[in-house]
Amino acid sequence: MELNGKVPPGPISEKWTKYKSSMPLVSPDNKRRLDVIVVGTGLAGGAAAASLGELGYNVKCFTFHDSPRRAHSIAAQGGINAAKNYKNDGDSVHRLFYDTVKGGDYRSREANVHRLAEVSVNIIDQCVAQGVPFAREYSGMLDNRSFGGVQVQRTFYARGQTGQQLLIGAYQALSRQVSNGTVTLYNRHEMLDVVLIDGKARGIIARNLVTGKVERFAAHCVVLATGGYGNVFYLSTNAMNCNVTAAWRAVRRGALMANPCFTQIHPTCIPQYGDYQSKLTLMSESLRNDGRVWVPKKKEDAEAIRQGKKRGIDIPEADRDYYLERRYPAFGNLVPRDVASRAAKVECDKGHGIVPTGLGVYLDFADAIERYGKSKAHSMNLENPSPEKIRELGEKVVEEKYGNLFEMYEKITGEDPYKMPMKIYPAVHYTMGGLWVDYNLETNIPGLFALGECNFSDHGANRLGASALMQGLADGYFVIPYTIGTFLADEIRTPRFSTDAPEFEAAEKAVTDRLQGFLKNNGNQSAESFHRRLGKIMWDYCGMSRNAEGLKKARKMIQELREEFYKDVYVPGSLDEYNPELEKVARVADFIEMGELMCLDALERNESCGGHFREESQTPEGEALRDDANYAFVSAWGWTDTSKEPELHKEPLKFEAIELKTRSYK
Amino acid sequence: MKLTLKVWRQKNAKDKGHFETYQVTANEHMSFLEMLDVLNESLISEKKDPVYFDHDCREGICGTCSMVINGQPHGPMQGTTACQLHMRHFKDGNTITIEPFRAKAFPVVKDLVVDRSAFDRIMQAGGYISVDTGQAVDGNSIPIGKETAAKAFDAAACIGCGACVAACPNASAMLFVSAKVSHLGLLPQGKVEAKRRALNMVHQMDEEGFGMCSNVTACEAECPKEISVDNIARLNREYIGAAFTADEK
Ligand SMILES: Cc1cc2nc3c(=O)[nH]c(=O)nc-3n(C[C@H](O)[C@H](O)[C@H](O)COP(=O)(O)OP(=O)(O)OC[C@H]3O[C@@H](n4cnc5c(N)ncnc54)[C@H](O)[C@@H]3O)c2cc1C
Ligand code: SF4
Ligand code: FES
Repeated sequence: MELNGKVPPGPISEKWTKYKSSMPLVSPDNKRRLDVIVVGTGLAGGAAAASLGELGYNVKCFTFHDSPRRAHSIAAQGGINAAKNYKNDGDSVHRLFYDTVKGGDYRSREANVHRLAEVSVNIIDQCVAQGVPFAREYSGMLDNRSFGGVQVQRTFYARGQTGQQLLIGAYQALSRQVSNGTVTLYNRHEMLDVVLIDGKARGIIARNLVTGKVERFAAHCVVLATGGYGNVFYLSTNAMNCNVTAAWRAVRRGALMANPCFTQIHPTCIPQYGDYQSKLTLMSESLRNDGRVWVPKKKEDAEAIRQGKKRGIDIPEADRDYYLERRYPAFGNLVPRDVASRAAKVECDKGHGIVPTGLGVYLDFADAIERYGKSKAHSMNLENPSPEKIRELGEKVVEEKYGNLFEMYEKITGEDPYKMPMKIYPAVHYTMGGLWVDYNLETNIPGLFALGECNFSDHGANRLGASALMQGLADGYFVIPYTIGTFLADEIRTPRFSTDAPEFEAAEKAVTDRLQGFLKNNGNQSAESFHRRLGKIMWDYCGMSRNAEGLKKARKMIQELREEFYKDVYVPGSLDEYNPELEKVARVADFIEMGELMCLDALERNESCGGHFREESQTPEGEALRDDANYAFVSAWGWTDTSKEPELHKEPLKFEAIELKTRSYK
Repeated sequence: MKLTLKVWRQKNAKDKGHFETYQVTANEHMSFLEMLDVLNESLISEKKDPVYFDHDCREGICGTCSMVINGQPHGPMQGTTACQLHMRHFKDGNTITIEPFRAKAFPVVKDLVVDRSAFDRIMQAGGYISVDTGQAVDGNSIPIGKETAAKAFDAAACIGCGACVAACPNASAMLFVSAKVSHLGLLPQGKVEAKRRALNMVHQMDEEGFGMCSNVTACEAECPKEISVDNIARLNREYIGAAFTADEK
């Protein structure tokens, strides 16, 4: 299949503006006659549904959550990037564009990333107008901080709850459209299939999760904004119910899954502590603005700490290895996530880990507390303040900046991070891969669009911090309202679709049969137990470090797991009632197939780039070694029939505005 | 630690519901919901219906988890959602009672799961600023004092969980409504519509069957985000102001 990214012609900085002004338009009168289905109410879906409703389209918006406000975007902590250059520190659209392409290790599509950087500035304005209470300086101006992989301050934030505040903004805009009658909301409805008529996406099959009824919904086109698939790994920082089903069902109908093996392992999460554990908790990257990462230099010290005979604060300064500062002096503790995660793994694999499992390093705020304390004492004109006073003042400053994160840490671990360094370890966090889309955010199925984390478009092989919120809102507020017109302008004479069409009937029957199949299976093992086992395989062989032999083995193990799953999974209850176990089993079935595809993609890509580290491809110093001659492309996989091998299509990546270079943070 | 759980089981909104007793072995590092996961795994292995409860983020931010633990919405710890509650706050041999959030406006879906879509409808009645996408001026064109932004944020931190309703003897949603009215009304962008917003949201709250506020302040005590009842005073001021200027409707 020839993959056409549909990138408009012209110089990179003019593409979007020119394209926008030459796009076919849909008149207001016609918009009213066009139906759009939006699945997902996170930043991407919520913003899209609200904006399309404002434009006058007739929108039906779905979420499996009990309210749009619960989408996983709510949990984002650290912030959102925008090239506002309010700090006058040399930021610009071009620099944000460049940082993102470089941060993604040159595996994203240039034109899409440039557009993202361009609209980033509008996002902040829009959110302020909606009432998002961003952090302010005493002057009343918006405040910024830094995130990994960049040397300017361009991250806007609302304490440690930026995602919550942005999502509430989008939810409010969406609520307004619901009251205006342009958007109809379907809470607790899970999409379980896309319906294609004559090759175009014309509706979905969704299950009403309260009544259990499988229902049909028709529209002129379908927009998926259904989030990422990090929960393939079972344990991740994602919310418990995040899943790949919507995207995967689209794949089974012919959509392509791009770069599935590109997953982000976030360096600063609370380490795993038990087998019963259900999820992992992120400690925001913003903490690396002030926290210093270290392990004991001596293995004996690490061993003593693991056994509880010593504590972090007992290790003298000279015996600590601040390995990020040592290895990457230019960026220090603020290297990008993939680099920081791998470095933590290297130290722990060498035996320097500081938690009983051996998988943990320190994130230490002692220096920051002292620095802030001294500066505060100075500004208060205190003479010879005691070390205790300095500590006290410093802790206050740190509390102002990160209070809610410190509190969350203490609630979970029972330890006070103001007194003891935090213990952290990398965990699965985000998925750069996703549905393949062109410049219009349209998949290879006409009329099927994908926005936000569920597409692959902007982050290449590694996403920079505070860029997912930016992408979700860019896609939803500022891209899809325009690009959806490229499809719908040709549909103004297409009458509304009836859900009585045979395609709807067949799709509904397939969904019902599949769910009934699970219910009748009457095996002995829970869906949860299979999910846990899948997660372990993925983490062991397709996690922070991958090799050909392991990936082949993992693929075989997953195939066996799948067979066992269909033989022995057990689901209680029935179809026509509220039944979360039934929801779960269908999601786990899709995760198993997705997991296999991820291993295959990782195997095929015999280079290291961003979060994808192939042991066979590294420099003598152990840094990732890219292979541009052979792998400067997007892998887009088709897999409609899982009894056959998946099919690989390649979209070559052309770099015109940015020169391909070795990525260095040294 | 060994625990006895008395859990509310209810098949659907029409079922009368009853308590059932279970024994479960947990350890103090588990979260409360992980303890319930353990119970459910064992129920499923016996081919029994697990105890259904709402949950998602498990970090205290999405507002999905909702249960009354030993008589308190979200359990005994102040400023803590049920998902953030850890078993180290309980003792070996404890008996723990677990019930759904109870209110006429929150019908039970199943077991501990309730329907809180009434909150969505209150938001639709006016919990927003009327600005279309693309109309905004530069984010720094209207300075907002650090303190004002912080106050608005404190109110905006509401997670829409409904614990305030469950805690209130009148099942009033005043704390929830007042948090939104304050968040938006404190900001210059939201001030324009403040009165109309207050009127419409309060009106919808009544329509949904929530009770009247009689200043018991149990809501503030149980709110996991420690939303202050000062917001209710602010709402009352907007509301009374609005009632006298009928044209604002
Ligand atoms: C703990 C954490 C912290 C983060 N912090 C940051 C940060 O500081 N900055 C940053 O930029 N990024 C951050 N991220 C990443 C960012 O939050 C996400 O990538 C982004 O919010 C995803 O938004 P989305 O709209 O694409 O999807 P989501 O917000 O996940 O929304 C998905 C929506 O789709 C719906 N849905 C899914 N499947 C179906 C289906 N089958 N049927 C019906 N509905 C369905 C869901 O109900 C939901 O409404 C963080 C992520 C995590 C996990
Ligand atoms: S005010 Fe508090 S208790 Fe009420 S919904 Fe908001 S967060 Fe929950
Ligand atoms: S599960 Fe999200 S707040 Fe408890």
